[in-house]
Amino acid sequence: MKKTYYLFNPGRLSRKDNTLKFTPVDDDGKELMPKYIPVENVSDLYLYGSLDANSALYNFLGKSRINVHFFDYYEHYTGSFYAKEYLQAGKLQVEQTRHYLSDKNRLEIARPLIKGAAHNMLRNLKYYKNRGKNTTPAIDTIEQWISDIDQSQAIDQLMGIEGNIRQCYYIGIDEILKDLKMEGRSKQPPKNEVNSLISFGNMICYTICLDQIYHTQLNPTISFLHEPGARRFSLALDIAEIFKPLLVDRVIFSLLNKQQLKADDFHDGTGRITLKEKGKKVFLKAWEDRLNQTIKHRSLGRHVSYKHLIKLECYKLCNHLIGAKEYQPFKAWW
Amino acid sequence: MIITATHINYYHICHRKLWLFSRGIQMEHTSEVVEEAKLIHESSYPQRSSKYTELDLGVAKIDFYDEKNKVVHEIKKSRKMETAHQWQVKYYLLLLRRAGVPEATAILEYPTLKKTMEVFLSDDDAHYLEEVEQEIEQITRQEKVPEKINKSFCKKCSYYDLCWVE
Repeated sequence: MKKTYYLFNPGRLSRKDNTLKFTPVDDDGKELMPKYIPVENVSDLYLYGSLDANSALYNFLGKSRINVHFFDYYEHYTGSFYAKEYLQAGKLQVEQTRHYLSDKNRLEIARPLIKGAAHNMLRNLKYYKNRGKNTTPAIDTIEQWISDIDQSQAIDQLMGIEGNIRQCYYIGIDEILKDLKMEGRSKQPPKNEVNSLISFGNMICYTICLDQIYHTQLNPTISFLHEPGARRFSLALDIAEIFKPLLVDRVIFSLLNKQQLKADDFHDGTGRITLKEKGKKVFLKAWEDRLNQTIKHRSLGRHVSYKHLIKLECYKLCNHLIGAKEYQPFKAWW
Repeated sequence: MIITATHINYYHICHRKLWLFSRGIQMEHTSEVVEEAKLIHESSYPQRSSKYTELDLGVAKIDFYDEKNKVVHEIKKSRKMETAHQWQVKYYLLLLRRAGVPEATAILEYPTLKKTMEVFLSDDDAHYLEEVEQEIEQITRQEKVPEKINKSFCKKCSYYDLCWVE
């Protein structure tokens, strides 16, 4: 089973024979005992610390189809080393583009994406409603907005509905959280701890979606809900919409309410609240556990992990694009 | 259209798989069964690479070709899809015949079962394969994806998740 590796410590990553060698360095730049990471076990790398590497390593990683995601000091996603595409399907890519170009076809994918995301947000609010939280007003308003989705005739309009749903949802989140509160979404920079966690989590969710897309024939730059942008793999943003409530938000609620993350796990750098390294590790551990958690899939009849669910979502998009089956978003049913 | 031995193999297993494959939608990289087969392929006959050559026929690559005796060796993991394996190998023989080596024969090898099977190409076989080539062209030209076949072996197919996810 391949795993994601998160590298926090500074050091040097290199190719040693046909595997990976990581040599950590201490504060004085002195090399410590190297560790070997069998390349077969690595699905992708997330780099938080400063890493030395040479092109021989990147050639090796590229051949092994391992993507590397970089994050800056403030935990911002700054980019990826995206190994050479190895699954090319010209006809599918033509279909993907064709669906983007026609407003009608594009809406047929964008609407379910929003519906799936909204449904999964409602799932969260309802879950906590059953546990005595006052999320009823948020639930009612979101349900009203959902009924408008089918009427939307343009992407702008749809994005407007999405924004409204999200605002109601964030109000609901403050009902769910015990101590720290969100008090409205703020980003660049996040103004408080909850916003900082949401930003961090959303970025991680985006990158995992990108990784899953990489192992399918879909083109990550052609999206339906978000506008294909020059800087971003926007299809990953589309797919992340569905999974952010289920993966990111659930992890955050649980970590905060169980006090596994507290205010002192954050660092206040002139109005920019970021996770300290210890906090990041706590988050990523919970995140990995969540991704590996399995559910019994209804149509496949087997247990699949949340991580695999993301890939299945890509397959559903493929099926839609080739006309095999109309796209239905993943909706949590429990 | 270029028809490879994989097309011939898939034609005998599932037309939907054939159609998807022809559109570049490949799934082998997701399959542990395929991974295992690859390992068997690489580790079964360590001496072989020096004795036999790799033969590139343009549309098909034969991994182990015994040039002296004109024998194609093809390694397979199990005999589950034997018919498909046989036609795949017979297609190699047809391609060799077209390339001017009509007397070539083949051996299907199942190292984990310690079994082998000889395969020959009759004129009837050649005729049948020519018909198959035309049918493959027809299937892959279809606009619509062929229906799912719902066989018990679907569960082991690398396309299972793609076909059955809802």
